[in-house]
Amino acid sequence: MQNDKDNIINKVTQDDYKYGFYTDIETDRAPKGLSEDTIRFIWEKKKEPDFMLDFRLKAFRHWQKMKEPTWAHVKYKPIDYQDITYYAAPRKKPKYESLNQVDPELLETFNKLGIPIEEQKMLSGVAVDAVMDSVSIATTYKKKLAKHGIIFSSFSEALQEHPELVEKYIATVVPYTDNFFAALNSAVFSDGSFVYIPKGVKCPMELSTYFRINAANTGQFERTLIVAEEGSYVSYLEGCTAPMRSENQLHAAIVEIIAHKDAEVKYSTVQNWWPGDKQGKGGVYNFVTKRGICKEENAKISWTQVETGSSVTWKYPSLILKGDNTIGEFFSVAVTNNMQQADTGTKMIHLGKNSRSTIISKGISAGNSNNSYRGLVKMSKDAVNSRNFSQCDSLLLGNKSGAHTFPYIDVANKSSVVEHEATTSKISEDQLFYCMQRSIDMENAIGLIVNGYAKEVLNKLPMEFAAEAQKLLSISLEGSVG
Amino acid sequence: MLKIKNLNVSVEGKTILKGLNLEVNEGEVHAIMGPNGSGKSTLASVIAGRDYFTVEKGEVTYMGKNLLEIPPEVRAKEGIFLGFQYPIEIPGVSMTNFMRTAINEKRKHLGLKPLTGADFLKLIEEKKKLVKIESKLTNRSVNEGFSGGEKKKNEIFQMALLEPKLSVLDETDSGLDIDALKVVANGVNTLKRKDNATILITHYQRLLDFIIPDFVHVLYDGQIVKSGGKELALELEEKGYNWIKQEVQAE
Repeated sequence: MQNDKDNIINKVTQDDYKYGFYTDIETDRAPKGLSEDTIRFIWEKKKEPDFMLDFRLKAFRHWQKMKEPTWAHVKYKPIDYQDITYYAAPRKKPKYESLNQVDPELLETFNKLGIPIEEQKMLSGVAVDAVMDSVSIATTYKKKLAKHGIIFSSFSEALQEHPELVEKYIATVVPYTDNFFAALNSAVFSDGSFVYIPKGVKCPMELSTYFRINAANTGQFERTLIVAEEGSYVSYLEGCTAPMRSENQLHAAIVEIIAHKDAEVKYSTVQNWWPGDKQGKGGVYNFVTKRGICKEENAKISWTQVETGSSVTWKYPSLILKGDNTIGEFFSVAVTNNMQQADTGTKMIHLGKNSRSTIISKGISAGNSNNSYRGLVKMSKDAVNSRNFSQCDSLLLGNKSGAHTFPYIDVANKSSVVEHEATTSKISEDQLFYCMQRSIDMENAIGLIVNGYAKEVLNKLPMEFAAEAQKLLSISLEGSVG
Repeated sequence: MLKIKNLNVSVEGKTILKGLNLEVNEGEVHAIMGPNGSGKSTLASVIAGRDYFTVEKGEVTYMGKNLLEIPPEVRAKEGIFLGFQYPIEIPGVSMTNFMRTAINEKRKHLGLKPLTGADFLKLIEEKKKLVKIESKLTNRSVNEGFSGGEKKKNEIFQMALLEPKLSVLDETDSGLDIDALKVVANGVNTLKRKDNATILITHYQRLLDFIIPDFVHVLYDGQIVKSGGKELALELEEKGYNWIKQEVQAE
């Protein structure tokens, strides 16, 4: 046992991918493959309300008529949707009041991941809703939040306890007809997070969720729904890590955010799914639909993302600025190394008058990787006097990586202003030598320079996570120069 | 401390240093002067370990070790400091973060514990006073948007923080007005100790009005052709480099 532990620790510390270990917990899983039976299986397992079966089946039937999209600047082997397990849950019943009751092995895993679930971290004001293989394991600080009327729970729990809220908001921002992966998620999603902030309430702490794919051959299809009522505020962070696997794993999530009048939602992600090995074998396919709506006047939503993982990323956190005077922001750092591919960006759809949006995207490509920014800024006829500012920077390491920018601009009124700036730069030999002459070795120098380059975005992250994200950037680029 | 014997260095097939000899001991200040293109900056780069130069022949030992086998960041950790002729800008990286990383990397190498944030800030304040540098420089990104003079002063500030054994200052005086020149010179003089050494590479005699060297060497066409005391610098100032050229050609 001690030996095994040592082995695991060695593996964790020596492997290229830091989080590549596997927790041996018996799982309760659905048979491989996807059919209406699979969907009924999930629905029954989760004891969901009836409207969910209807919703899931409609989504599934729609999905069957759809084709996988091919327009993104990424290449990957076709996915066999019948070769995936759509539901897997730890067998030991995960309903705990305190951490002492949680399976110690599981806690060990969380500790290795550095998830801030321990007391001290909690004291610093982080409530954590950890998701491991589709079922929420531990929800902390729930009681404190409940005092303010805030609901922060797993999606399954929300379906049991607040079905009317879920029914009212689910798929109102991302309908299941939206795209191929959204339809798939709507049919088979197994868990996720639900956040509800009542009218006038400022959430007193950062809400944080960690997702993690654990069992072999399972897709993780989680779903997040955040509703901020009039005049409320919440900052939400989602972090991800997946253990190392030799076969590709599909991750198709949906995030929906609804901000009502005068409400503000900050959503930050640090995404660190397994990127595959240096030859491009394995890794997670991260095909995610994230969208928010600033529904009424003065609402504000910001997306901040740090993307370092996944072998293929296809992700465009977007905003619909429906109300007048609404504000949308998108801050992104996307790192690709080795054979990783990322096609990511945002859509800002301006519908309301005087709506404003800001896009700052920092791409970093190393190794043989490809990094694309794809963004749409749309000013509708009624979005008079609206403004957008976009800045897309690319940083190249080495000469085998690629950076691409695909901005789409569509303006249908005369009073709106859209600005777009783009730069491409390289880390120079001179910068590296300057650092080395000051005692900083090449790897550290790259970490330092890249973090400097991405600082504008990293500064938008909640303090706690900014440090973590900085470390991740350096780890992701290890070995990126010869 | 530093011994260079018969050093031959080329870049892209062109020989620049042609049998250079130099010995620097603890407590000494050496000035290396010479006309443009004589190989002064090449010498500085080779000591620091820049990799686009090829050492064709010769030996360089530092503290008894073969310097040419040591990677550049290790040379720095073992006490070699290069003051750059053109300091490099690193956008987004604050001076404090940069120097804290540098100092702690060096300390790690020397088996010392990393400095805490508080100790580091104390050190920064102390060194700022020592080299009379403005506070605002340390709050900015490394060299970004610095004027020429600020960049050079910043090099001296880094030197003060890193406390090197051997400092090579490559044309640190070029492009400086008289006030900045005094700051640089004052820094070098203040940091001078019995157990460290400085090599000043300079084109003009002007810097030597403020820093008194123990030795002056004239580098011409890849070789040190003349060495002497501080009076050699004055002679050079008076007679110009043509005097050396003629003398060399006459031999």
